[in-house]
Amino acid sequence: MTTLDFSFYTWANISNYLISGLYFSISLTIAATIGGIALGTIIALLRLSGIKPLVYLSTWYVNVFRSVPLVMVLLWFFLLVPSSFYDLFPGGSGQKYRAEICALITFIVFEAAFFSEIVRAGIQSLPRGQSSAGQALGMTYGQNMRYIILPQAIRNMLPVFLTQTIVLFQDTSLVYAIGAYDILKGFEIMGNTFGRRIETYLLAAVVYFAISFFLSMLVKRLNQKIRIVR
Amino acid sequence: MMAYWQNVWDHWQFLWDDRGDGVTYFQWMMSAWGYTVAVAFCSLVIALVFGIIIGTLRTITGHRIISTFAATWVELFRNIPILVQLFIWFFVISELVPGMRSVPGFVLACCALGFFTSARIAEQIRAGIQALPAGQRNAGLAVGFTQLQTYRYVILPQTFRIIIPPLTSEAMNIVKNSSVAFAVSIPELISFAMQTQEETSRGVEVYLAATLLYAITALAVNRVMSLIERRTSIPGLTPQAQGGH
Repeated sequence: MTTLDFSFYTWANISNYLISGLYFSISLTIAATIGGIALGTIIALLRLSGIKPLVYLSTWYVNVFRSVPLVMVLLWFFLLVPSSFYDLFPGGSGQKYRAEICALITFIVFEAAFFSEIVRAGIQSLPRGQSSAGQALGMTYGQNMRYIILPQAIRNMLPVFLTQTIVLFQDTSLVYAIGAYDILKGFEIMGNTFGRRIETYLLAAVVYFAISFFLSMLVKRLNQKIRIVR
Repeated sequence: MMAYWQNVWDHWQFLWDDRGDGVTYFQWMMSAWGYTVAVAFCSLVIALVFGIIIGTLRTITGHRIISTFAATWVELFRNIPILVQLFIWFFVISELVPGMRSVPGFVLACCALGFFTSARIAEQIRAGIQALPAGQRNAGLAVGFTQLQTYRYVILPQTFRIIIPPLTSEAMNIVKNSSVAFAVSIPELISFAMQTQEETSRGVEVYLAATLLYAITALAVNRVMSLIERRTSIPGLTPQAQGGH
């Protein structure tokens, strides 16, 4: 019978192996969420633009990334982003953090496909009567967006954005495929160094669970707060 | 024209090269595809079985222990990334639980993916059951059905039809999520792509082939599910595509 021994989790070891990984996981989540929402909104607007080539292009973009596993997309970008791109980063840090930079680009491009669907659904979920009513009241396009459409659309989207962010946070563990140093990698290296894989994977699960669960509780609270009473 | 096809052949002929043990890369790719499909399918079966049970249990009222158990199940399997769950099955459960050491990796991978997905399916079942009008349950109880019979004959048959669209996307997700099995050396498409890329340096071609196979699989799953949806729909009850107004 294997006995569990957690004594190697000293502060020195934790800050040696885990802190930078946790920092990367969290910053990747935040950066990819912001970048993904920005790019995703553009794609959603293209898709709703009604201009045929743009509609086709954006639909194709979304469908491609939704039918391919994230791991596969990570491998693609790791293969295709040219080495000279990483030279653009100052002081050779680009070459040193190749996998991490590649992961960030991949996540923004990949998650944009998913965020764009959320934005599209958020805008389309509003009945046409809303914008018609705004126009009938004599509102300009800008006023209509500002006072009628966006307040409702954002309320519809926000909880889904946050849920998607939780999914995204869990997905960051997949950077394992290209060897980026995230929290899971930190745990793995720690486990191999001390010969304690059981304890490290257990704690990895606990850490991911705690963060995701905390965030999903937050989303639940937020949902109740911003709900539109109809 | 000849030169063009010669060029294409030069790019792809490595697929028919021997990888060193009498197996060509093409044969390896097909077997890898088979693994992807097999892992996805077996996981889906596990996920459906547990997802339906847990999702149903979540809607049972008046039994605190049961609903707490089901809720814990869902939160546990939903809030840990699939890759970490996979490692837990391979390095923790197989070490700590007696007799698990001899279980083959394929089974462990299917368990990991199946349990992970079961939490999501459970949520869809629960939402499907709760979407039914309360009158359905009451009517079942009123005609003298027990709670079990009400579920068996009234609630679940309707729920299954409601949840086919979200199930379709779960089934497609499971194909995509099976890609994490590379991390525990299951010889599926990602493993094939990574290793072949290293051995042949034909990265673009290998990844293109693997990506296409994933897309084909996803499309096939989508078609099969929509066939099931059409076969099982009750005319007039299941909402058909509605025209605008």
